[in-house]
Amino acid sequence: MPKLAKNCIAGLALILVLVLSFPIAVLAQSEQAITGTLRVEINEERTPVAGVDISVVQGGEEVGVETTAEDGTFAVTVPGDGAYSVTLNTDSLPEGVTLQADATETLEVRVESGNNKAVIYRLVSGDQGETSAFSDQAGKVARLVSNGVRFGLIMAMCSIGLSLIFGTTQLVNFAHGELVTFGAVMALVLDNGTIPFLVAAALALALAAGFGAANDLVIWRPLRKRGTGLISMMVISIGLSILIRFVILWQVGGDRQAYSKYRIQEGIEIGPLSLTPRDLIAMAISIVVLVAVAYMINKTKFGKAMRAVADNRDLAESSGINVQQVILYVWVLGGLLAGLGGILLGLDQQVRWNMGFDLLLLIFAAVTLGGLGTAYGALVGSLVVGIFIELSTLVVAPELKSVGALMILIIILLVRPQGILGRAERVG
Amino acid sequence: MDILDIIGSALKAGLRPETAYISLAAIGLNIHFGYTGLLNFGQAGFMAVGAYGLAIPVFAFEASLWVGLACGITASVIFALLLGYPTLRLRADYLAIVTIAAAEIFRFIVRATGLREITGGSNGINGFSSGFYEANPYTSSVGFELGFLDFNYTAREAWVMTVGWGIVLTGIAFTYFAINSPWGRVLKSVREDEDAVRSLGKNAYSFKMQSLVIGGVFGAIGGMILALAQGSVQPSPVDLGPTRTFLAYAALIIGGTGKLWGPVAGSFIFISLLSFTDTFIRSAQAEGWIDESFIAPNEVGIARFVILGIALMLLMTFRPQGIFGSKREMALDV
Repeated sequence: MPKLAKNCIAGLALILVLVLSFPIAVLAQSEQAITGTLRVEINEERTPVAGVDISVVQGGEEVGVETTAEDGTFAVTVPGDGAYSVTLNTDSLPEGVTLQADATETLEVRVESGNNKAVIYRLVSGDQGETSAFSDQAGKVARLVSNGVRFGLIMAMCSIGLSLIFGTTQLVNFAHGELVTFGAVMALVLDNGTIPFLVAAALALALAAGFGAANDLVIWRPLRKRGTGLISMMVISIGLSILIRFVILWQVGGDRQAYSKYRIQEGIEIGPLSLTPRDLIAMAISIVVLVAVAYMINKTKFGKAMRAVADNRDLAESSGINVQQVILYVWVLGGLLAGLGGILLGLDQQVRWNMGFDLLLLIFAAVTLGGLGTAYGALVGSLVVGIFIELSTLVVAPELKSVGALMILIIILLVRPQGILGRAERVG
Repeated sequence: MDILDIIGSALKAGLRPETAYISLAAIGLNIHFGYTGLLNFGQAGFMAVGAYGLAIPVFAFEASLWVGLACGITASVIFALLLGYPTLRLRADYLAIVTIAAAEIFRFIVRATGLREITGGSNGINGFSSGFYEANPYTSSVGFELGFLDFNYTAREAWVMTVGWGIVLTGIAFTYFAINSPWGRVLKSVREDEDAVRSLGKNAYSFKMQSLVIGGVFGAIGGMILALAQGSVQPSPVDLGPTRTFLAYAALIIGGTGKLWGPVAGSFIFISLLSFTDTFIRSAQAEGWIDESFIAPNEVGIARFVILGIALMLLMTFRPQGIFGSKREMALDV
């Protein structure tokens, strides 16, 4: 069966491209460590704290002691899997710096082999900290809303691609999170010091757009031609998601890694908010891109063709629209937007091999809320979900904030399954 | 390296407790996906509900394992009702989205620091299984050797295997009688054509819900076997994350979706295959055939997930009915 063989070869080629697209060998993570950075806020500036002793003990036996470096970082290498207790020697803290009142000096952590474990010590300087400006409830709400909008805008860029792909092909792409990770990781790999970060990011975006196109050309177009059913395609997209995710883990390791630029910035005070230039520029980029996408969907010929394909594929095809080409462009757009979202997210929260998959669950909540298949719905849904999960930290622990997204998802399916902006049609 | 030894150890792994609980999860998925056409992407969530349902009463309230068993099953029934109620009237993809999200959310919740007294937080729960192992009738290792095949298991493993495979056989018998009953025929026709079922006066929604609950309970029991086999419940992505669900999917599809023995045969084949590649890469490294800069020792575990992804894609593309399935049984689609 030559066609079958051809598809097989194409599939293998994709895997090869995926592996080879890591042009620079990233340091292989061959051991695990307990890491962290000690910083303290002095005059509203986050200053690294050097010369503090951190000791790690397992089962009563000392595994290692390290002293924090000039930039406040420390890494204690540990032998392998298991539970460790990490102790900060409070006597070694510089004068005027103490642990936050409710924090303990010994933390119990669990390390998985091959993965570094980050521990966080909250330090305060002098006697501030207890009564900071942030304890003001209104200020806190404003801060959470601004975080939510920032995160929502990034999420919107990732969601629009998913929603447009669903609109034109009816495929729920479970591998969409990996498009996000791909963009972020490519920027990380290219950002190795030889080229400026912005050039690296631009190259990563081009690669992300190409990766979106490759997804369609290598996998989804042949599958559509074979007449593979949508349920099968969903399972295939899950397989693709797992494949890409673990190839990325294999190539870049399991740590969170930061870009070389824009790590620590001083905040700009705007009313009760303190936003770093990085945050402001990220928000500006998101808004400009989203407006451009809206313009493209509404005003350009391509946008019109895309809406026609989403509305009625057969009719679009018979009126002379090249449907396969439109779908390809949608994938390019989806890859590009997801890659940009990934880079902005990487600037905000650092880059990690499964960042996209974690985001995928929130993206699902956002697009379902807004209406699966509609671009504006994805935008509105993302903003609502972003703000809601940030505000939910007022009542629940921050580690549980994505639970709110699931609640939104279930409630919206109960009361309005087509979403806020979806057309009322039978979805059952 | 001796390839026969590697094959032998792979076949040995194929009978281990891991295969038994993956089989149970796959039997549940077979009822969902194979017979009813429901796309449950959150079977790991059902396993987690079962495992924590078993462990929490023993850990936090010092109840017996029997109470834990009842709690786990009840909790999985409630979980299924919660997920099914909003989604089963809608298109198939909504169930997929809600189940995969709910499974992860459950894992986030039990991992939360605030619940450490009850769920053990990110450390999970240990030491709830002593009652189970006290009932172990085996005192020494059990098994036999035959040429390069070595089927010797420790007393502990043998006890979990006896119970686990016993439940798997019960599950197969249950599926056989359920699917060949009038009730089972309605399930299959829901898969084939929901509107036709409705027009014949059957409540398709109610049948889908029953299927979701029953398959979910199988998943939960699988999670309990996992918890007992490991002697601990961990909210880690490897144990109870989405890849666990898709391991069971891959096993089911290899064995044949909608086939009685499909889940068990598929689990055996797939776990053996994964164990084979694992051991193969490790011994190839020991022989110096694979450079450490290509695959570092701690990266060998990644190989099984890469294989899982490729297997899912290739199977669904070229042989969605699996090795033993028939194409006619797998005609489902939206």
